[in-house]
Amino acid sequence: MTHLQLELKLLKTDIIEMWELVIAQLDQSLVSIKTFDKDLSRGVVSNEKRVNSYELKIDRDCENIFALFNPVAVDLRLVLAILKINSNLERIGDIAEGISRFIISEKEPFDKDLLEDTRFHSMYEAAIHILEDVLKAFDKEDSKLARSILKKDELLDEINAEANQFVSKYIKDHMDKTEQALNVLSIIRRLERVGDQCKNIAEEIIFYLEAKVLKHR
Amino acid sequence: MVQKDNNLTESIPYGLYKLRVKDLDLYYGAKQALKGISINIEPNTVTAFIGPSGCGKSTFLRCFNRMNDLIENVTIKGEVMVDDVDIYKNMIDVYEYRKKIGMVFQKPNPFPKSIFENVAFGLRINGESSKSVLQETVESALKQAALWDEVKDILNKSALTLSGGQQQRLCIARAIAVKPSVLLMDEPASSLDPISTAKIEELIYQLKNRFTIVIVTHNMQQAARISDKTAFFYIGELIEFDHTDKIFTNPSKDATQNYITGRFG
Repeated sequence: MTHLQLELKLLKTDIIEMWELVIAQLDQSLVSIKTFDKDLSRGVVSNEKRVNSYELKIDRDCENIFALFNPVAVDLRLVLAILKINSNLERIGDIAEGISRFIISEKEPFDKDLLEDTRFHSMYEAAIHILEDVLKAFDKEDSKLARSILKKDELLDEINAEANQFVSKYIKDHMDKTEQALNVLSIIRRLERVGDQCKNIAEEIIFYLEAKVLKHR
Repeated sequence: MVQKDNNLTESIPYGLYKLRVKDLDLYYGAKQALKGISINIEPNTVTAFIGPSGCGKSTFLRCFNRMNDLIENVTIKGEVMVDDVDIYKNMIDVYEYRKKIGMVFQKPNPFPKSIFENVAFGLRINGESSKSVLQETVESALKQAALWDEVKDILNKSALTLSGGQQQRLCIARAIAVKPSVLLMDEPASSLDPISTAKIEELIYQLKNRFTIVIVTHNMQQAARISDKTAFFYIGELIEFDHTDKIFTNPSKDATQNYITGRFG
């Protein structure tokens, strides 16, 4: 293995570790919603610093590889893809942190009926599942799986689109829980953005593996 | 009078390509050094030949000015067209023909003469004796070679007093003074320091407006920086020839990718 190959392998290991951390952050946020465990939420907020550290390290490593090794072809595409995936993962990390901050600020657990009506849990689990799938596609260099993700975020889009009417109705019926309902709507919006970030990541994986640009199509 | 060849031009208009090669085989005795090379090179472009040592890129470069003729037991088959004229099949005057093709070698090889006489050498050989024409052409060639400002006050000094980078630019000035249509460069910056290398690279970029340049280089980043198209050679075969950005971002052949990413070679 050449020096460059070794550096690329280390870079890949780092982004996969960051990825796993971001998945865990989203997962813990969901658990803290289900259990209304504020300590767990505080743990997610605290761990966001680790996500940020990964982002800075990966940025710096990409910069060094460009400057010191002048990667070309598939190596160049890998570094470019990782640079962008890094940024997308950091944003998903921010979303997990933001969700946890909602839990910390809540006085009581989210109303189960509200969560059920808005298909909140299905959406949340789907978002985590998509993020796991893009990781798998990257790790296994599976462009077919990456392509399948481009359509998978449709469920998130659909739930997000329907959420407005459910939340408006809920607010009309539960005026005392307006703030909670708005927080749930806000989390749904953020989960929809997780889907968009995963789609961006899938496009980067396809660019890395097939040298095809799918953005803005 | 050399006639334009028809056998390669069925669907290609004259002048579209400066250099055209079809099914070129070259043998050193029984050993085949080039295998079925076909390539078309457009005018006013820089084309880089890359590949591991012994892949045939320098041998191929030397086909364009018939330098391989000087080596014993060389057999060449196929067609090499320069300006739509087959330079092997026509009864061309090789010495006259070579005036059209400038060549710059790996190591600077100025003559042990003054700077002025080095650049004027080709013109004098061609029979030019007018002092004003010589002065004008020498100045113009040195300016094109980005050397004029450094040597304008020492034109009568020996060329051997110049630095390596300056000597190489002088050799380029000498090559372009006779207004060739093609400039061949065989690793022109491999013996130079980074600053001189950068000057040569910038010079190549500037010169492509006036000449068609073909460069052999072992430095892949140099090929990426200066060339419009890149040809990858391996064991006597032309594996891939494409736009340089395509070759260095998404080559079509695995062998090219393996070579440029350092996985073999």
